[in-house]
Amino acid sequence: MKVHIPTPLRSYTGGVADVDASGATLADLLADLDRQFPGMRFRMVDEQGALRTHMKIFVNKESVRDLQTEIAATDLVVLMQALSGG
Amino acid sequence: MLWIGTRKGIFTLRPDGARSAWTLDGPQFLGHIAHHVVADPRDGASVLAAMRAGHLGPTVMRSTDGGRTWAEASRPPAFRTGEPLARTLGKVFWLTPGHTNRPGQWFAGGSPQGLFVTDDGGDTWSPVDGWNDHEMWTTWCEWPEQQTPDGSMLHSVNVDPRDPRHLYLGLSGGGVFETTDGGTEWAPLNLGVYAPFLPDPDCPYGHDPHCVRLHPRQPDRLYQQNHCGIYRIDRPEDRWTRIGDNMPSDVGDIGFPIELHPADPDTVWVFPMDGTDVWPRTSPDGRPAVFRSRDAGASWTRCDAGLPERGWFTVKRQAMTTDQHAESVGVYVGTTSGELWASLDEGDHWTCLAAHLPEIYSVEWAEPA
Repeated sequence: MKVHIPTPLRSYTGGVADVDASGATLADLLADLDRQFPGMRFRMVDEQGALRTHMKIFVNKESVRDLQTEIAATDLVVLMQALSGG
Repeated sequence: MLWIGTRKGIFTLRPDGARSAWTLDGPQFLGHIAHHVVADPRDGASVLAAMRAGHLGPTVMRSTDGGRTWAEASRPPAFRTGEPLARTLGKVFWLTPGHTNRPGQWFAGGSPQGLFVTDDGGDTWSPVDGWNDHEMWTTWCEWPEQQTPDGSMLHSVNVDPRDPRHLYLGLSGGGVFETTDGGTEWAPLNLGVYAPFLPDPDCPYGHDPHCVRLHPRQPDRLYQQNHCGIYRIDRPEDRWTRIGDNMPSDVGDIGFPIELHPADPDTVWVFPMDGTDVWPRTSPDGRPAVFRSRDAGASWTRCDAGLPERGWFTVKRQAMTTDQHAESVGVYVGTTSGELWASLDEGDHWTCLAAHLPEIYSVEWAEPA
């Protein structure tokens, strides 16, 4: 499925904004992204498995924080970050 | 050369041979927070940087070519997944190269107050379980975190050059702690340190060391700039002496950094700040000055020639360092207002090497390769 990468994480994708990744759940998808782009997952997900505070994941425009959420190959996944702060 | 960690990336200042002309380079990692950037004195080429990007998780970047190229740690510092306290590392705050006999070993202090170690030059990190899982950890450390202005932090990891198993560390807040077995068992070392904010001022822990330095030539001597004064201890003593009582009373002895002369254990520099009222953390009366002692804290000299007559900045605990010049040690201070000040005569005269940088978090010297 297509995954949209926010600008703060594009150093991992070589500047590419939209990448292909696969997985039956969001957790699987993030694991696949980390395989393709090592280090990316830990910047988004802490060591206890929770999505970091300012990270958001939209599946077909719906915000989802439960990483066990099932996803389909036709879904559009958008990773986003709040860019608050100075 | 100087490695400068800032709120918006990493900068370097490289001197010519006479230290009379300096070249500013950077930023690298523009927009990323660099809490601490430290070169490895053991190989002259490796550099580690404790990095964060506001909303991304913490990590460590590493260079093996003096900062020309960087790679991210393949396993950054982190608490163990599934651990009982469910701690998550908010930032890597402090980096210390390990013992000379353990090339590749580094220690990292974090917020929350975890301790982490790498044995491969910063590529893969592991928790120091003896500290992080110590039965007293939740008592000694700020846990749950109390949301102090910049969070609780583990800093000032000092390695005894005579024994790689002998370490000291500092907790803000929590105090100074020591291990002699490589990090399995730990004991507090805070007797004599004033802590009026504790319910029991004689409590052996709970203090707030801001910066602790061990002298490399006289490793039984440590200095600390504490939330409540400047102290020295000469082991095996177990009680700190408040050498800040010898500071001028209208300046006081509150501050964040403390820096030692690399060759003379009696010479030390501090940068006092206003710790009155709501703790402005600026220089007392807005008159920036370094204070130097040549006699292990028995007396202090104000060193402000060349510094601004008035200024309203803070110098953070990692933002003061010295070089290794054999005849006249250079002292360097980075400010929250983004200025880098240098004295090439051990504090007597100061010049501004760089201005308009982002808020400076750390300044560390590295001998040119």
